[in-house]
Amino acid sequence: MHPASFGYHAPRSLVEAFGLLREHGEDAKVLAGGHSLLPAMKLRLTQPEVLVDLRHVSGLSGIRVDGDTLVIGALTTHTEVSTAEAVRRSLPGLADTASVIGDLQVRNRGTMGGSVAHADPAADLPVTLTALDASFVLTSSEGERTVAADEFFVDFFTTALEPHEILTAIRIPLPPSPARTSYAKLPHPASGYVVVSAAAALSVDDAGACTAARVVLGGVAGTPHRATAAEAALTGQELTPEVMTAAAAQAADGIDPHADSYADEDYKRHMAVVYARRAIEAAAARA
Amino acid sequence: MSTEQSNPDSLIGASVRRVEDPPLLTGKGCYVDDVKLPGILHVAIHRSTHPHARILSVDTAEAAAMPGVECVLTGDDIGDLVLRTPMVAPGMNMPDHPILARGAVHAVGAPIAAVVAESAAAAQDAAASIQVTYDSLPVVTDAEAALEDGSPLAHEELDTNFCYSMKREGGDVDKAFAEADHICRLHMKSPRVVAMSMEARGVLAQPDPARNELTVWLSTQGPHRARADLANSLGFPENRIRVIAPDVGGGFGSKGCVYREDVLVCHLAQKLGRPVKWMATRNEDFLTTCQGRDQAMTSELALSKDGKMLGLKVRVVANLGAYLHSATAGPPQRMLVMAPGCYQLQDVRVEIVGAFTNTVPTGPYRGAGRPESVLNIERLADKAARDLGMDPLELRRKNYIQPDQFPYRTGVGVEYDSGDYEKSLSEALRLSDYDQMIRDRDEARQRGELVGVGISTFTEPSGGAGFESGAVRVERTGQITVLTGSSSHGQGHETVWAQVAADKLKVPMENVVVRHGDTTAVQQGTGTFGSRSAVMGGGALATAADRVIAKAKAIAGNLMEASPDDVVQTEGGFAVAGVPERNVNWRQVAGAAYAKGTPAGMDPGLNETAFFDPNREAWGFGAHVALVRIDPDTGELTIEKLVLVDDIGVVLNPMIVEAQVHGGLAQGLGEALCEHMVFDENGQPRTGTLMDYAVPRASTMPPVVVGETETPNPFNPLGVKGVGEAGTNGAPPAVANAVMDALSPLGIDHVDMPYTAPKLWRAIREAGKG
Ligand SMILES: Cc1cc2nc3c(=O)[nH]c(=O)nc-3n(C[C@H](O)[C@H](O)[C@H](O)COP(=O)(O)OP(=O)(O)OC[C@H]3O[C@@H](n4cnc5c(N)ncnc54)[C@H](O)[C@@H]3O)c2cc1C
Repeated sequence: MHPASFGYHAPRSLVEAFGLLREHGEDAKVLAGGHSLLPAMKLRLTQPEVLVDLRHVSGLSGIRVDGDTLVIGALTTHTEVSTAEAVRRSLPGLADTASVIGDLQVRNRGTMGGSVAHADPAADLPVTLTALDASFVLTSSEGERTVAADEFFVDFFTTALEPHEILTAIRIPLPPSPARTSYAKLPHPASGYVVVSAAAALSVDDAGACTAARVVLGGVAGTPHRATAAEAALTGQELTPEVMTAAAAQAADGIDPHADSYADEDYKRHMAVVYARRAIEAAAARA
Repeated sequence: MSTEQSNPDSLIGASVRRVEDPPLLTGKGCYVDDVKLPGILHVAIHRSTHPHARILSVDTAEAAAMPGVECVLTGDDIGDLVLRTPMVAPGMNMPDHPILARGAVHAVGAPIAAVVAESAAAAQDAAASIQVTYDSLPVVTDAEAALEDGSPLAHEELDTNFCYSMKREGGDVDKAFAEADHICRLHMKSPRVVAMSMEARGVLAQPDPARNELTVWLSTQGPHRARADLANSLGFPENRIRVIAPDVGGGFGSKGCVYREDVLVCHLAQKLGRPVKWMATRNEDFLTTCQGRDQAMTSELALSKDGKMLGLKVRVVANLGAYLHSATAGPPQRMLVMAPGCYQLQDVRVEIVGAFTNTVPTGPYRGAGRPESVLNIERLADKAARDLGMDPLELRRKNYIQPDQFPYRTGVGVEYDSGDYEKSLSEALRLSDYDQMIRDRDEARQRGELVGVGISTFTEPSGGAGFESGAVRVERTGQITVLTGSSSHGQGHETVWAQVAADKLKVPMENVVVRHGDTTAVQQGTGTFGSRSAVMGGGALATAADRVIAKAKAIAGNLMEASPDDVVQTEGGFAVAGVPERNVNWRQVAGAAYAKGTPAGMDPGLNETAFFDPNREAWGFGAHVALVRIDPDTGELTIEKLVLVDDIGVVLNPMIVEAQVHGGLAQGLGEALCEHMVFDENGQPRTGTLMDYAVPRASTMPPVVVGETETPNPFNPLGVKGVGEAGTNGAPPAVANAVMDALSPLGIDHVDMPYTAPKLWRAIREAGKG
């Protein structure tokens, strides 16, 4: 299908972009990689009157280390994230996540900021970014605010972003080495998106005890779901197979997944446990 | 030209690379949408969002006023234009099939109004603005449910969902069942799947009012049949229509018939006097292009206690969908001829029933009833072996038709031409290292793993459905033009037909050009479907080539002052037998043929056309073996080994044959593993996009070993049988049997395809409860 007709702007600076967003308000949408927005427009699920393409705005892409924080520009592509040395070394779970998104063409165009702003409940990055306790830098003509992942994702396709704001960067605290992060995904056989996925970020002290754990599930709710019972069951424990299995068994506590044409609720609930276990084990095995 | 064997003597059987590929692979192909004409108009269609409803109103005012819109039409505007369908059985119920809905719609996607505009985007904008009000009616989507008393009606205007039924019976079935020691029963359903062509359907019509002619570019598998069908629906003379099938990006059976949009576009072009085009979106292709399978089969196999098959009863209920296309009623009829498979079964009763539902119409899709038939008998054979505690190989071997019994007349009155089922089975067992595989499976099973081995041995008919034509024309300069009625849509006819002609005429392949897909260029023809082209088109071509050679010999004799009986073929021409220095080449013979050089009493020219119909189908066969593993945690299925041995008679081009086996297998595995078109109980498609409907991908393909045996077809000039559907027909039952073998320790009897992870997980879980 062809999308409904729309206007197109390609501002050269953030200031210019903010001006356009102010001028068009809710009728405008920011365009990043276009790999979620354009398909939705072609299916006429969304019909923005104006697109504000960020591709010519400089300073929005790239990966840098800022003290103990990794800063990823919103326009950084999935391929750049999955191949960057800094990510592979410090946050292998994030590199793994970016590398299982869609296919090569999608990863070459799609951006981290776009994926986060789109907040598809079946997307990969929001799950891992929540596990990594990332926060998002939201910028507007009035200034900048930073929102933690736990607060940013509000509901299906809904975030803390205001229409006049642009997500400019993603900030991720760098874990003490060794980085024990991982991602395990059950992809939908048609779309390749998440049926159920799990991300784990574990801190382990020299004695082998888990000092902090974040275990987050994808595909089971409108937003990434913190498996807090599983996290609690890991914290303070030595990561033996029994401890990890027992923790994963609690991953599905409190979830209420939606059935779809592929998988029913029972299956998703069970997969939450299986994939939480796989993610926890993979994270623990990283040293 | 790259040939592995450069000796033109052995072009048949050589893996010649496909001559049609360079343009396709370099973006130089020409599909319907690539044809650009001045003054072209575009059509978009407003479609029903309801599976079954009366239409209360259609408001097109806003659409008609939108920029770039030429006109908007509803069913009432185009009146009595309908799609005509042949009656295949006496008393068949045939619902109306108007080009645009009139009064009611019976499936989501049924066309209600058409917008013609200067651009496709303008047409789609306008179509989206059309407002329709509906009065919803009850819905039925399942064929078996549709035949139950009190079911909602798919068509209010018919007082039944029954479309047609057919029966075939041989021997004394009741006696066989009365004498049986054991009766094996099975009810199964083949999943509804989508014929997913890379190129969705499309049509472009250009009128020529001054000459009263119409040229139609159509993404079709059979331009000549399409032309006749268009003529019948439009009431416009067939000989004034030219149908061109340009490059066609796949069809898999679904592009064998004419659709409403094809008639609509021709009608609009004639009405407006301008070229008009419609290209289906992927979504429209999902909702309107004939889908495959969706048959329920209820079967009983009567056996003696030592595993001899005594009798077979099969009842098929086929979901025809909401409307009848020309071949919608066709696929279930395959069971009438294929039910006994490769077994000596004389006491057989088959009944098929077609039912209407509020779903997309079904029709032929790669295999077209063959996969269902093979699945039915091969699942029965396996289950019978399990019931009787026998080895599934032993049970099959005990019942095979033996090589010395061919031609063999089965219980349903069909004569199989040739076969040697033990030969292909033992080759498949050898290639799969079967005994070791069974030992490994047993060990894995001891460890509690879910591992299974399955086989399917099958015979499949190809090359039926009417005639095919072929012409060989030697041009004045001695170049060869082949005209074939079996137009290609990806199969490689341009290569293989050139191989056959060059081999017969003993000329280099480069000297042969194959023309197809244009009703003006080519004599009458039937088309490409049902694994028929090598058998039918090849048979016609070989016959025409033989006639050309016979005439050329007479002309050559005349030129060399020798009796035609003394003339022999040489590389590139002819010579007097035993006197090689007395020779002429094709150029000289052709020159003479067109310049008063034919013998007295012989017509000039060197151009022969053959219409070929052997009046029987060719029965290929094969044996497929699968090894599968199921993850009990997730239900995920892995095919660890797949061996396919097919016997398709003489192989014309091994590389193309292997590609056909691979392609057929990919689609077969799609059906076995992931593809399933689902409608919810309200008649809404739940898998109507590629986000929901899982087509197989390169990564779906397991490691595959393809083997072959060769049992020539005695009733074909080239000795060939069809191959296009072998992988689709034989492999899914092997996988199904392997899956059921893997699940057998859990006491699971049967699970229908596709074997998705959630489905297998549920089956495992429920077995655990029981
Ligand atoms: C075939 C295919 C397969 C895919 N498979 C997967 C998959 O397996 N897993 C997965 O997670 N994703 C998948 N995707 C989605 C892909 O990752 C997208 O690229 C991503 O979700 C959106 O990023 P984008 O840069 O393309 O954003 P766009 O499509 O350009 O924008 C998406 C939305 O975010 C808004 N937006 C974008 N950037 C900003 C910003 N900086 N500030 C504020 N708002 C912004 C836009 O206005 C729009 O609403 C797939 C996409 C396709 C086409």
